Amino acid sequence: MSSPNITKVTSHISHNESLIFERSQPGRIGYRLPPLDVEAQPLAEIIPPEFQRDDDLEGVPEVSEVDVIRHFTRMSTWNYSIDLGMYPLGSCTMKYNSRLNEKVARIAGFANLHPLANEEDAQGALQVIYELQQHLAEITGLPGVSLQPAAGAHGEMTGVMIIRAFIDARDGEGASANRRTMLIPDSAHGTNPASAHLSGFSVKTIRSTAEGFTDLDHLRELCGKGNVAGLMLTNPNTLGLFEKNIKEICRIVHDAGGLVYMDGANMNALVGVARPGDMGVDVIHLNLHKTFSTPHGGGGPGCGPCCCTKELEPFLPVPRVVKVESGTGDGSLFKLDSNHPQSIGRVKAFYGNYGMMLRALAYIQTHGHDGLREATEAAVLNARYIAHALVSDYDKPFAAPPMHEVVFTDKRQSRKGAHTLDIAKRLIDYGFHPMTIYFPLIVSGAMLIEPTESVGHQELDQFIEAMRSIAREAIENPELVLNAPHSTRIGRLDEAAAARKPVLRWKPKAKADAA
Amino acid sequence: MLKQIGLNSVAELFHSIPEELRLQRQLETPAALSEIELIAGFERMAARNSAAYRSSFLGAGVYSHYIPTIVDHLISRSEFFTAYTPYQPEISQGTLQVIFEFQTLVCQLTGMEVANASMYDGSTALAEAVLMAERVTNRSKVIACGAIHPEYLEVVRTYVQHAGIDFEQLDFDSTTGQASTSLAAILDDKTAAIVVQSPNFFGCVEDVSALAEKAHAAGALLIVAVTEAASLALLKSPGACGADIVIAEGQSFGVPLSFGGPYVGLFATREKFARQIPGRLVGQAYDKQGRRGFVLTLATREQHIKREKATSNICTNEGLIALAATVYLETMGRRGLQEVAEQCAQKAAYAARRIAGIEGFSLPFSAPRFNEFVVRGPGPARKLLDRLAKGNEINGGLALSRYFSDRPNDFLVCVTELNSRTEIDALIEALTVG
Repeated sequence: MSSPNITKVTSHISHNESLIFERSQPGRIGYRLPPLDVEAQPLAEIIPPEFQRDDDLEGVPEVSEVDVIRHFTRMSTWNYSIDLGMYPLGSCTMKYNSRLNEKVARIAGFANLHPLANEEDAQGALQVIYELQQHLAEITGLPGVSLQPAAGAHGEMTGVMIIRAFIDARDGEGASANRRTMLIPDSAHGTNPASAHLSGFSVKTIRSTAEGFTDLDHLRELCGKGNVAGLMLTNPNTLGLFEKNIKEICRIVHDAGGLVYMDGANMNALVGVARPGDMGVDVIHLNLHKTFSTPHGGGGPGCGPCCCTKELEPFLPVPRVVKVESGTGDGSLFKLDSNHPQSIGRVKAFYGNYGMMLRALAYIQTHGHDGLREATEAAVLNARYIAHALVSDYDKPFAAPPMHEVVFTDKRQSRKGAHTLDIAKRLIDYGFHPMTIYFPLIVSGAMLIEPTESVGHQELDQFIEAMRSIAREAIENPELVLNAPHSTRIGRLDEAAAARKPVLRWKPKAKADAA
Repeated sequence: MLKQIGLNSVAELFHSIPEELRLQRQLETPAALSEIELIAGFERMAARNSAAYRSSFLGAGVYSHYIPTIVDHLISRSEFFTAYTPYQPEISQGTLQVIFEFQTLVCQLTGMEVANASMYDGSTALAEAVLMAERVTNRSKVIACGAIHPEYLEVVRTYVQHAGIDFEQLDFDSTTGQASTSLAAILDDKTAAIVVQSPNFFGCVEDVSALAEKAHAAGALLIVAVTEAASLALLKSPGACGADIVIAEGQSFGVPLSFGGPYVGLFATREKFARQIPGRLVGQAYDKQGRRGFVLTLATREQHIKREKATSNICTNEGLIALAATVYLETMGRRGLQEVAEQCAQKAAYAARRIAGIEGFSLPFSAPRFNEFVVRGPGPARKLLDRLAKGNEINGGLALSRYFSDRPNDFLVCVTELNSRTEIDALIEALTVG
């Protein structure tokens, strides 16, 4: 097979946008402030010269407003985004971000509100927090809620610290010191063990069965050692399978004196259909930037609320937002409540990523109870449709019907040299963002596909067609796949070289040469 | 579609969930609202946030600064705000180059050598800095010096409670408001780091260089926290003062107050510690044709590879807010950042002079200040500020009794380039009448 001779055209101006520092010209400005309207004092009288900067902010760019607009607009064209098309990243739930939610977050009464304003002057903001807490409690079946954690991993840390605080209180410091093991399935997100470690637990890994479920025998064996504080479980798990033995799993852990933490990354499969609280789960985190559609923003901000049982509620972070008085209409009174001596403490300054709470509440309100369930149904239907369509072309390692995401492997394609990474890169040429690759770690060459409810039948078919076409190419013309992508501004970057001699910032020419 | 996959009903999609676990009723959340109803509802709630509509002198870690119009315009581009973490560099160069510029700007402002792609906020960045200091030095004691934001201290305590770190606090000097430099009694060879905030919680500029010397003499690191990042354009950079880790809250750089978040944590350190940094890093890379691009790099520090041995559990950070900060910093540019900082310092100095001249009011701390200062009033500050809010439509500042029960009459006043002389004079007048 010969390599296709595709030469890239990079003459378009937007393809050559340099770093802003390379565009900077002394004396250019892109802002104007009103002139100083108070009598100026010599600066040295306000701040002694030895406390002042002496580098005149050298290196900070000097550009005009239109320079900035063009700079960012051009760079933006190098990004894929949900608004452009399907983003089938498994366990990431990349769904449509409603513009209405963006508008809500920008309402002046919220955007211009200082977090240290008096409670009585911020009642509307507290009401939003309270109402969202109520809805998330209903959706998860877990009544205690804190919206303070800023992202999923932060919510995990919070949840695991709650487990630790509960066990310390229940068993007493001495006895609880022997209960410092957190069980985590081998299919879990890497944040799970990292969060457990941060809370002072050592991690024991539970095997998955050949069918893709938590190995109950292994779980029983590990629970029999008497040192188990808890289990961190994703459900549906990261293979996209609902842990059908979840009640039994929770019972085993509870009988062993441990608690069950659920990673809620995959809640998009369950909202309105089943509730973790009803399954025996003690504490869960949600990702508002996944399930509740707040934008992912190229890597955050997120929001990782923690929901727990009544029993664990005293351990939630403070301050908590409570309703102290029910009034009619807007007459209710809300308060910040820090009087919880058993609380794990504060996990973030102020109350969390508030702007994301506004967007998530708007999402829940625009969908309504029916819409929330329908979104779940469509998300699962879409994943099942892909699972059904691609099974003839790709190895599907688990037979059980998937929920909202499905895992395939590169087993068939890799025989001719095309691996998961190559398939993912080739998908870019077809106009799709790649799926999650090489995760979960237990599946060799994993491709985890989560379409979400935000794609229609036609786009699903296009995606399936693209995947089938790549499967054919992998056999008939593997070079095409191995050298993909061919349609992007740059080709595959040498990541190994980048890590060997990291260049993590721009430096002025002279200094860079000297270094 | 159901038929094509061999199912007869939507309910069958969920047969892998045991029936007893399937919710047999509707969720008790509200019925769907139209756009018109939804906006009206949120506007009604927003109207109950009366503090958002007043002239304001509230700071204390969150600052009202001018935000150029183009910041919100650019971060609202689909290509930025609806993109995922840039794991696929070929179709994420926009986000990656922005982060590379962000990292560079953070280094320039803090005077440090490397910076990461962002943390959740200033408070969690400080907690991560403390954990990193323990990793780097293999020592277990960390000393927090002087007036550090009380909520930051609370967050650090939560993070370190299971990390075997002895987190001690050294009080501030009640005359200057600065950290006491008499560290001899507790600074020892078990000390991993000294933490100082400058300007500190009371707005006092600290002698960071002196603390750096003391820390280094004991083989410890100096961690500098900055909650008012606008000050970096005027004050000697923490790096130039000898800091080893610098964390800052970046909210001052083009990010709305938004009741406490989302903001963006800045995290910078020395090059020799690059492999100990928490969170994501973007680095330069080249493709086969020699074209420059950017990738997420040094990932072997991170949770998805190292799992429980990672430098942090952080995954999602604050990408879009880092973008806002980058647009802000590039728009204001070298001269704009300097002008903002100087206006803040001048206006705060003016307000402080005027307030100190009012009968019954004084400024209890003598240290130099940037744009914030403590005022001691003639009576309970909480009552005074309530009167200003209700009677004069002014958020006059933060009553320190919220965090310090022994300071009932003290309040923290912040003045930025957004406070006009008219507003400042109205504050003076309202205080004088009392």
